[in-house]
Amino acid sequence: MEYEAVIGLEIHAQLLTSSKAFCSCSTKFGAQPNMNTCPICQGMPGTLPVFNKRALEYTIKMALACNCSINGISRFARKNYYYPDLPKNYQISQYELPVSEHGWVIIETEQGPRKIGITRIHMEEDAGKLVHDERNPVSYVDYNRTGVPLIEIVSEPDMRTPEEASSYLKTLHSILVYLRICDGNMEEGSFRCDANVSVRPVGTVEFGTKTELKNMNSFKNVQKGLHYEINRHTEIVREGGRIIQETRLFDPTSGATVSMRSKEQAHDYRYFPDPDLLPLRVDEEWITEIKNGLPELPAEKKERFIKDFGIPPYDAGVLTASRELAEYFEEVVNYFNNPKLVSNWIMTEFMRVLKADESSVKDSLVKPAQLAELLRMIEDGKISGKIAKTVFDEMWATGFSPDKIVLEKGLLQVSDTSELESIISKILDDNPAEVKKYLDGKTQVVGFFVGQVMKASKGKANPGLVNKILSEQLSKLSA
Amino acid sequence: MSNLFNKSAHELIGLLNQKQITSVEITESVLDRIDNVESQVHAIVTLDAESAMESARRADEMLAKGESRTLTGIPIIIKDNMCFKGHRTSCGSRILENFKPPYSATVVQKIQDEGMVILGSANMDEFAMGSSTETSYWGPTRNPWRLECTPGGSSGGSAACVAACESIVSLGSDTGGSIRLPASFCGVTGFKPTYGAVSRFGLVAYASSLDQIGPFGRDVNDIALALNLICGHDPMDSTSAPVEHPDFTTFLNKSVKGMTLGAPSQFFDKIENKDVENVLVEARRVFEDLGVKFVELSLPHLDYGIAAYYIIAPCEASSNLARYDGVKYGYRAKNIDGMIDMYCKSRADGFGDETKRRIMLGTYALSSGYYDAYYLKAAKIRTLITQDFKKAFESCDAIFCPTAPAPAFRLGEKTDDPMQMYLTDVFTIPVNMAGLPGVSLPGGLSLDGLPIGFQLISSHFQESRLIQLSSAFQSHTAHHLARPAL
Repeated sequence: MEYEAVIGLEIHAQLLTSSKAFCSCSTKFGAQPNMNTCPICQGMPGTLPVFNKRALEYTIKMALACNCSINGISRFARKNYYYPDLPKNYQISQYELPVSEHGWVIIETEQGPRKIGITRIHMEEDAGKLVHDERNPVSYVDYNRTGVPLIEIVSEPDMRTPEEASSYLKTLHSILVYLRICDGNMEEGSFRCDANVSVRPVGTVEFGTKTELKNMNSFKNVQKGLHYEINRHTEIVREGGRIIQETRLFDPTSGATVSMRSKEQAHDYRYFPDPDLLPLRVDEEWITEIKNGLPELPAEKKERFIKDFGIPPYDAGVLTASRELAEYFEEVVNYFNNPKLVSNWIMTEFMRVLKADESSVKDSLVKPAQLAELLRMIEDGKISGKIAKTVFDEMWATGFSPDKIVLEKGLLQVSDTSELESIISKILDDNPAEVKKYLDGKTQVVGFFVGQVMKASKGKANPGLVNKILSEQLSKLSA
Repeated sequence: MSNLFNKSAHELIGLLNQKQITSVEITESVLDRIDNVESQVHAIVTLDAESAMESARRADEMLAKGESRTLTGIPIIIKDNMCFKGHRTSCGSRILENFKPPYSATVVQKIQDEGMVILGSANMDEFAMGSSTETSYWGPTRNPWRLECTPGGSSGGSAACVAACESIVSLGSDTGGSIRLPASFCGVTGFKPTYGAVSRFGLVAYASSLDQIGPFGRDVNDIALALNLICGHDPMDSTSAPVEHPDFTTFLNKSVKGMTLGAPSQFFDKIENKDVENVLVEARRVFEDLGVKFVELSLPHLDYGIAAYYIIAPCEASSNLARYDGVKYGYRAKNIDGMIDMYCKSRADGFGDETKRRIMLGTYALSSGYYDAYYLKAAKIRTLITQDFKKAFESCDAIFCPTAPAPAFRLGEKTDDPMQMYLTDVFTIPVNMAGLPGVSLPGGLSLDGLPIGFQLISSHFQESRLIQLSSAFQSHTAHHLARPAL
């Protein structure tokens, strides 16, 4: 029997507000432990939460970008459980009345686009962090992260493969980053994902028993964890076994998942409306205002790039995966209207150095105008494509203009016909055997001559001119 | 001038302004009084005599420089659940036995900015859970009128302090009657403002949707002065209402002729105590003499008040009190074996029986599968009670009813019978459920000499009407002037 997986994802995204959700402490990452705290986020007796409206605005942005409906009235609820990283021993979250519900996004799959349902998007506060002393039976707690606003995005169980799950995750990640409401950093935990997985025989409608997967802190690990878990489920079911409903942890070193707690050990969170916070009211006017302020989203941008710039869908997908990259591309095209060449350069050279240096588009020393200038030099035959790569690396490292680099390093292409003629005739003289081959009809030997010319000119020879002179001289010989 | 401790705030303000006395003299007088009677009453948890004298000296400077405000130099005592920066705020509990908050409650800040003299913190039922001040970790407070009786609760210490003249005025908090009941038992005036009128920031939470801070005083004049100080919107408390409060003193000594009081049958049918009945008959006669009309009312859902309260309040409490776990502050048990054991032992040792009972009640009622039957149903009853009152106020300016079913009971009388204890609040709880303002006024003494109060309730943010009615009553009676023979 064939089995298929049923996958739903819960994504937690930290919102990029400058202060916390319910107090005025900074949300900045990396401060000394417990420096970004106050009596309110420390859960001291008698303190009260006051909601940061910016967090609501960001949540509504995401909800609108995911085609959700916004509830006119929503409520905060308390999720009660004991853990030392949670100073009040309850988390302010939303339960019965979330900010938004019933949305969807389109994801790319190998079989084409697929619509994935979004059950709800709600707001909550983040917990702190425990630091365990490896040598002593002591744990320390850092409340800097406590109270940082989060949104939880819950999908419908609409995904069938780990690849689809990964595509969904990337889609939401790029929307969040596009909206500039989350930095999307998975390592620092500002973008986290839990998965619900089950399997069932292909063609059936009922769900199998699910397990919940936690601790997959990269796109790759989400796929790995899901693959492992789906195989585990399938094997158990094939052998007539039963899946135990439980929460499992993904172990990145072994690539396996291990049981964390069973359904019986699951928490009863005793949700109830938080009496310290009034119901949130969102009026239509504000929603419209936010809607009008939304930027172009990745999917729209991709369509426009294909249509307006005539670049292949693949290129458009790569370029629009990041808002910064897409905007960079558009700026370069603005200066140098050859979109395909620009796209090729960004997808290869630019992205290569970004990745190698773990740098970001906005930190790049190569400004769009300079990249455009470099590409124009190629087009004008001033430098070869190969030399251009060297120049680009220099630009990346120094921020100098391509002009300056080419001049100082003497990299200008040799387009002097007489100079090239003498180089070529010397090469033909020095290689009589290859010339004979050519005269015998083995025309592919032309490549050898071109290579020799490039070598002799240290790559600076204008390739078009080289081809022209070479074929002139060779045809003279054969005459 | 002798016996300054005996005077009301408005009398002392007059003397201060005429430069006949100083705040230091008042404070010394009150501290002497505390010295003399506190060992019998046990109304105070933490006495800050030194810091009080310092405040008094500062108040005298303010007065001398002409920088004083209305209540500058007047001694006050705060309930032990109001955070006072750098001072122990224990909430009557072992679990906060040594807790000194690094911040002050908004009301405490206002008191300090006013130049009032904070004497210390008053005893209370642990986490304000109780009607007798007997559940305090620090031991019970005694009723200044009869030491073998309770002062009522949970703000028993705050009420007893004013009755025993250990303070001029005081602050309490009222979740189900915790200001009005002890006011009735101790023969003082106690006022619970509309939910949202006074900031809860820094008030250690018992049941957040019901808790409200309010003042105790010798008479309603002092209450009006205190309300002027503490009422007002606070951006630190999301449930604090952004409303403009009037100057409550402008409602003192005004005619009440033509006003209407409603007498709900559901309340009066429950009166079994002859003394309470007599007080109400007498008070009604006084109001009628003042030209007040009475109408009979029906509040059909009142009978469900206690039941619904004992779901909602414990539910909120079970969550509010979860933070006391031995991890961050407060009591941590010794000899612990791991984290869970630390939680369990710290909470087992740190909380008293009544607090544990309510935490368990609330935890149970919120549990999966019970939520709809308990919490949700109680919330619906709450809405119905609120609607009952709303309808009632269409036909009257305020509601007139008992504060408590009987005068003060003896210490220990109800400690083994929580249900009997809970019934003490039958007349006060519905007011909290609806978030209304209510006041308890001294209405006379029982045959054997214990004070009995009666209650006036008005619609949301109509504190001024209660002030007007109370003032008229006290202008024509002397019950509020009676003092215990300590």
